[in-house]
Amino acid sequence: MISQFLQSIFKHIDSFLLACLLFTMLVGLFVLYSASGQSFARLNAQLINIVVAFGVLWVVSNIPPHHLERVAVPIYVLGVLLLVAVALFGEVSHGARRWLNLGVTKIQPSEIMRIAAPMMLAWYFAKREAMPRIADFIIAAILLLVPVALIAKQPDLGTSLLVASSGFYVLFLAGLSWKFLVGGVVAAGAMMPVFWSMLHDYQRKRIEILIDPSQDPLGAGYHTIQATIALGSGGVTGKGWLNGTQSQLDFLPERTTDFIFAVFGEEFGMVGGLLLLVLFTLIIGRGLVIASQAKSTFSRLLAGSITLNFFTYAFVNMGMVSGILPVVGVPLPLISYGGTSMLSLLLGFGVLMSIQTHKKLVASG
Amino acid sequence: MRSRTELKNYQHEQYDFKLRLAVLGLGVLLGFGLLAARFYYLQVYRYDYYQTLAENNRISVVPITPNRGLISDKNGVVLAHNFFVYTLEITPSKVAGLDATIAELSKLVEVSSVDLKRFKKLQTQSHEFESIPLRTHLNEVEAAKFAVNRYRFPGVEIKSRLFRHYPQGKLGSHMIGYIGRINDKDLDSLEAKGVLSNYKGSDHIGKSGIEQSYEAELHGTTGFQQVEIDADGKAVRVLSSTAPVSGNNLVLSVDSKLQEIAETAFGERRGALVAIQPSTGEVLAYVSMPTFDPNLFVDGIDLDSWKLLNDSLDKPLINRPMRGLYPPGSTFKPFAALAGLEAGKRTPPYSINDTGYYVLPNSSHRYRDWKPGGHGQVDMRRAITVSCDTFFYGLAMELGIERLTDFVRHFGFGRRSGIDINGEMEGLLPTPDWKRRRYKQPWYMGETVIVGIGQGYTLVTPLQLAQATAILANKGQAIEPRVVSGIVDAKAGTVRPMQKVIVDKIPLDEKNLEIVKLGMMDVTQPGGTAASVGANAGYAIAAKTGTAQVIGIKQNEKYNEKNIDERHRDHALFVAYAPAEDPKIALAVIVENGGHGGSAAGPIARKVMDYYLLGKLPQVEPSPAPSKDTGATQADTAAPDTLEETYHD
Repeated sequence: MISQFLQSIFKHIDSFLLACLLFTMLVGLFVLYSASGQSFARLNAQLINIVVAFGVLWVVSNIPPHHLERVAVPIYVLGVLLLVAVALFGEVSHGARRWLNLGVTKIQPSEIMRIAAPMMLAWYFAKREAMPRIADFIIAAILLLVPVALIAKQPDLGTSLLVASSGFYVLFLAGLSWKFLVGGVVAAGAMMPVFWSMLHDYQRKRIEILIDPSQDPLGAGYHTIQATIALGSGGVTGKGWLNGTQSQLDFLPERTTDFIFAVFGEEFGMVGGLLLLVLFTLIIGRGLVIASQAKSTFSRLLAGSITLNFFTYAFVNMGMVSGILPVVGVPLPLISYGGTSMLSLLLGFGVLMSIQTHKKLVASG
Repeated sequence: MRSRTELKNYQHEQYDFKLRLAVLGLGVLLGFGLLAARFYYLQVYRYDYYQTLAENNRISVVPITPNRGLISDKNGVVLAHNFFVYTLEITPSKVAGLDATIAELSKLVEVSSVDLKRFKKLQTQSHEFESIPLRTHLNEVEAAKFAVNRYRFPGVEIKSRLFRHYPQGKLGSHMIGYIGRINDKDLDSLEAKGVLSNYKGSDHIGKSGIEQSYEAELHGTTGFQQVEIDADGKAVRVLSSTAPVSGNNLVLSVDSKLQEIAETAFGERRGALVAIQPSTGEVLAYVSMPTFDPNLFVDGIDLDSWKLLNDSLDKPLINRPMRGLYPPGSTFKPFAALAGLEAGKRTPPYSINDTGYYVLPNSSHRYRDWKPGGHGQVDMRRAITVSCDTFFYGLAMELGIERLTDFVRHFGFGRRSGIDINGEMEGLLPTPDWKRRRYKQPWYMGETVIVGIGQGYTLVTPLQLAQATAILANKGQAIEPRVVSGIVDAKAGTVRPMQKVIVDKIPLDEKNLEIVKLGMMDVTQPGGTAASVGANAGYAIAAKTGTAQVIGIKQNEKYNEKNIDERHRDHALFVAYAPAEDPKIALAVIVENGGHGGSAAGPIARKVMDYYLLGKLPQVEPSPAPSKDTGATQADTAAPDTLEETYHD
């Protein structure tokens, strides 16, 4: 009885993926405890985030992919409408208009787009059964650019680039012609000087600082300088859990959220960093396997995009903390404190699990 | 066949998809490989370097606030400068018991309840690890007392901070403006301009006047030091340092002596004066009376002083030259005259016989002249000299409102002059279009009539009036007014003169200009409305008086100054340029509730022109108080010209 019950609960859970996720999150909780100045309150809040997110994962994993395919368009349309609503009535905080106050709660519609945009594009290419033509890619690109532009206007350049990349993965996996790809890169490169000459002096300065933070050691550069010192002083094996001097003093900003990897790197060193890379590689590898085995065009494209999006988040965050990428507000997946990012991540993994487990049922049945 | 191709296609598609997945997978490995290499570089290759920075010492980036640029007048008299004061500062995160510490500190140095309130307010706005001033302006004895006891107070420090000071106090305070503590709104605007990080070490920012409009020049570039600090947060060694660049100094075109003479001439009266050099657009004096002491605002004004200033009936905080709106009254007439002449109307020897009123065709309503019985035979020149209302009623009617306003708009009425101080009002030049939009009502002919004598809806700022006079003196060339004449580069010491910006060149007939000029010159001659202003001047003054009604007067009521509450008395206006043949100064004066332009505003203008043109200092006399005003003007009332009044319904 009990085993049967358990079986029905875990029927749509991919155990390998689950194990990797749980282990990474466990590591994350340890780091968070240290980064928050050994605060159990923070730990509790994050545990609640995780439990809620797993609930969502479980629900989503039980929804067959073709149901997901059916809701792709409504979710996308809803997301775009909410973004338009943000542009019109959104609340301004820190100079950006990102939140929508619904009276009961505040939501950030750009988060919905992280999953809605790739779903929409995957749905679109699934409709075009035969080899898609150039026109399809142009339509898909427009479908993608609408939310990207709305998010960029908030302004939230980081999120808009991430949504753009998640959509781009779908385009690429759907068979975007290599010539087109190379041509696009060359054209964008050629347009750069023109674009540059159109900017105001202060806008150029901002972009320069984004590329080279050392030009602005008091502003954007401050985070990077402190984070690289934290990482570098960690050495091979790290200073040990709870012993990071940079982390335990007030030097590291946003050390429980976007810059948590600096704490991790200082206390667990290069060994820790490499371990995390291995964990991430295993998760991504599993995602790619799921994508390659998926049976429908929709699930294939969606699985690929979700997986690579996870990579993008991890890469951008660690690149930013280690000083090879400009500082954009992206949390480290599965590790950083925060309910929203945890929720949208596990929702994505729920979709992956649904794709994997429902395929098995179809195959065996 | 068909199914085979489909199968092939499917297989091809599958193959292509897997190939693309593999490419992306390779990209993932490359990306993580790059990160791994970066970890190796930071954590192995450069380990020693970062280890030294982090393990034994901690690094901190400390901003170095640049010195704010100085402001001085054209002769080098300093109007705004900085000086160091000792402040007692507390870093809350380093102090164990904050209240106990403050109590202990107040035994050494005096900490007032105001200081305490300000500290608490700042504390809520700052981070725990930021240093917050508890007391400012410590004297030497207090500083020494604390220094001896310093060891007892970890987390408390004496710092020397730069403070802004305005040595001339109330002089020209509306023009110079003041700085104040940076608030959230300032932060937002700094962020929008992309210069927020340049304000890391700054507590203050320009809030009004030149201090605000030239903020970008005055602030300078913040320097920074990367310092190693020990566990107590004290700097041990400077790793690298970039010096701050001081803000640029500003040199004004204003002469502070002239400014002082003008302000003194106002005495206790309210009003404004703007003097401009017509050929350059340089502002020579910028007076808003009453003034206030800008030093009150630098460190946050206390509530009592604020209430005193803000609640005063005299409204000392209003920047009258650019934000005070007044009907121009008869000072509008020279411009209306030129409009007529340029349109080919009223060219001499044209004249009218003024019987004391003007009547619109098919109407019985009389638009009366200020002089009962009229001025008799009046041509254009004499119409300006005696300020004949009847003459200008008819002229305005014949020109029509559109043609009249289109012409005078070139003189800057109804639009911002573009002066280098923020917050200028636009004024109002009424047109049928405007009235339709504003009141959803048609334009009535009677409204055109009274626009001709500067009444009705028309509103100007004293600055606009001075600028219009300067344009007239400059024969139609309009130059943007500037209070700053040059910017002294802090690094190189070189002076960058401000560009002269010509905004308009009105094509005007020399002959017409001559008629208006002669009419205006006669104003300050016997028989003119401001004869006393020109007496014994030693140079020719072209001028025009004006009176602006504060309350309406009914058709058959007589304006009686003595029966009217002082604040309902008419505003006195006066515009002039001199020497008339080669204008060096053009100005506009408004004395609120002053009564008559010639007698109340004219003498102020004369004092300013005397000093500017001849270097003559005004004779010491008791400044006329508003209550004594009627008495002071007694002598002038003998001349018929000073009783200028207009009627409209």
